[in-house]
Amino acid sequence: MSASKPRTLFDKIWDAHVVERLPDGTCILYIDRHLLHEVTSPQAFEGLRAAGRKLRRPDLHIAVADHNIPTKGSRIPKDIQEEDSRIQVETLEKNVKEFGVPYIPILDKRQGIVHIIGPELGLSLPGTTLVCGDSHTSTHGALGSLAFGIGTSEVEHVMATQTLLQAPQKNMRIDVTGTLGLGCSAKDVVLAIIGKITTAGGNGHVIEYTGDTIVGLDMAGRMTVSNMTIEGGARAGLIAPDQTTFDYIKGREFAPKGEAWDKALAYWKTLPTDPGAHYDTQVFMTSAEIAPMVTWGTTPGQVVPVTGIVPNPMDIEDEGKRAQHQRMLEYMGLTPGQHMTDLAIDVVFIGSCTNGRIEDIRAAAQVAKGRKVADGVQALVVPGSGLVKAQAEAEGLDRILLEAGFEWRDPCCSMCLGMNPDKITAGQRCASTSNRNFEGRQGIGGRTHLVSPAMAAAAAVTGRFADVRQMG
Amino acid sequence: MEPFTKLTGIAAPLPMQNVDTDKIIPARFLKTIKRSGLGVHLFDPLRFNKDGSEKPEFVLNQEPYRKAEIIVAFENFGCGSSREHAPWALLDFGIRCIIAPDFADIFFNNSFKNGILPVRLPRAVCNQLIEDTKMGGNARITVDLERQVVVRPNGEEIPFEIDAFRKHLLLNGLDDIGQTLQHSTSIDSYEARQEQDRSWMPTTMTAA
Repeated sequence: MSASKPRTLFDKIWDAHVVERLPDGTCILYIDRHLLHEVTSPQAFEGLRAAGRKLRRPDLHIAVADHNIPTKGSRIPKDIQEEDSRIQVETLEKNVKEFGVPYIPILDKRQGIVHIIGPELGLSLPGTTLVCGDSHTSTHGALGSLAFGIGTSEVEHVMATQTLLQAPQKNMRIDVTGTLGLGCSAKDVVLAIIGKITTAGGNGHVIEYTGDTIVGLDMAGRMTVSNMTIEGGARAGLIAPDQTTFDYIKGREFAPKGEAWDKALAYWKTLPTDPGAHYDTQVFMTSAEIAPMVTWGTTPGQVVPVTGIVPNPMDIEDEGKRAQHQRMLEYMGLTPGQHMTDLAIDVVFIGSCTNGRIEDIRAAAQVAKGRKVADGVQALVVPGSGLVKAQAEAEGLDRILLEAGFEWRDPCCSMCLGMNPDKITAGQRCASTSNRNFEGRQGIGGRTHLVSPAMAAAAAVTGRFADVRQMG
Repeated sequence: MEPFTKLTGIAAPLPMQNVDTDKIIPARFLKTIKRSGLGVHLFDPLRFNKDGSEKPEFVLNQEPYRKAEIIVAFENFGCGSSREHAPWALLDFGIRCIIAPDFADIFFNNSFKNGILPVRLPRAVCNQLIEDTKMGGNARITVDLERQVVVRPNGEEIPFEIDAFRKHLLLNGLDDIGQTLQHSTSIDSYEARQEQDRSWMPTTMTAA
């Protein structure tokens, strides 16, 4: 028998989950884990109800409310001021009860952003398929899980059948090598990647991140990279599981234990891409291309090093692109040639599924320690989950941040998107550790610049973008 | 889902790249538990001023495009979020077809589930169609899914590609779930195999 064809990590997970291949190549793909939240599930439950269907495997689902939950004051659903938000959360609570879906209540200490708690609780595992009605589901790819965002019709499809109809995606490899410079983090790596491949660069592909820069990241950093995969157009961004992954998972609440752990581990070790496997697209980068980064435009690909300047639209040949660039500058209130470090900021947001983990809060606290938030700047730190919050408080990070003048909030999606009371107002400029700088994303007319947690903290204490490498 | 067979209608030009889901339907409008009623918020940041009045320069605020059923746009339409509220809002407004050089993957999938046909055509063709749309009420474009052609106002036919399976579902207005449930026995046997091979896979039942 001839040796089997070398396969990528993606190929292996895909092959292991094909229930049936339909004549045109579309596959019925088995889904091992489904995470639900309050925003994209109500219409799916309604669909099930209308068709008289139920969940095929409720034991593979878990629900949590995150997008609408206030980060201060009462967190009980009935106390949520905005009626629409309250109804959405109460609807989730009603639906999970009616359909028997495992649920983490808002007051449970494990509650948090769905993409923070999946890995944290040991629910996101290598070699599995994981979906959620949220594009940042790519986060879980950092653990070697084929994880991607789906729409509400697909949420309903997974609930009813535990499968999805999927066409195979192409393989893309993004290889980053070299030691990261001082002050550079995973966020800077992924912003530099998107700057290079553009926001549509990954369309139609599943990305695998390789290279010693990626392997050298801790799990939090890897999750930051995978999280923003969708901003480069790919639905899923995988990192091969290794000892760092296994050490992270071991002992977590739902992670396999005892004999099951040994079995799982033996399987997970077979997952990394075989030598000679084919990638349809390959991109190579070195750490020399990565500095502390700041976005200037209204897509995450419009990014420059903090030492850079606002690019000039007149340098663009394509007329349409030039016009769009000009419109962005207008929206962002920027002029070509402006130094990023000359831009004064009004708001700082540290949190989100991109950068709401304990490592991110440590990075922010390290910069904040012994300094003060600049006059007139509002700076929020929002832990990604109740467990992150408790850990940070055990380490005294909350006190460091509070003493420096930051606000220390309760876990939720917060200022990443305008769905809860945390918003910026028109014209305000925000240094944000979140993932999207689209127009109006953080509030109508708000101006978002994406940065790392350390860069966000540096901006908070200087009142403008500052090169964190100069902050000692 | 309403079948999509052949559509002849007014096409609106939206010559922009990276039309993201926050432009199509901002997050603050996602706080609904229904699929319908989102059309009034479609393209809110492009379509309305802060006081709620219309921006006269936006194409969907102009005649005859208020009745547009087709949109012609540029690269990476629908990038960003997985929110199905984006196709719901388009559909609720009356849009059944979007023509662009390419689409963001999740938006592309979500469109089919709602009877909206996303058609990929090269940039040069989209440029041509955008010129056609400027003929106003005379600019009726036909999208014939059965024959896989877009017909320009001058009668020229432009072929497009589509997966056979997706075409079948759309032409017949079929529910994906109903289709998949016909393969229930395959799912049963997959799960039986998996119970052996991946017995380590934890369930979530202890959470509740």
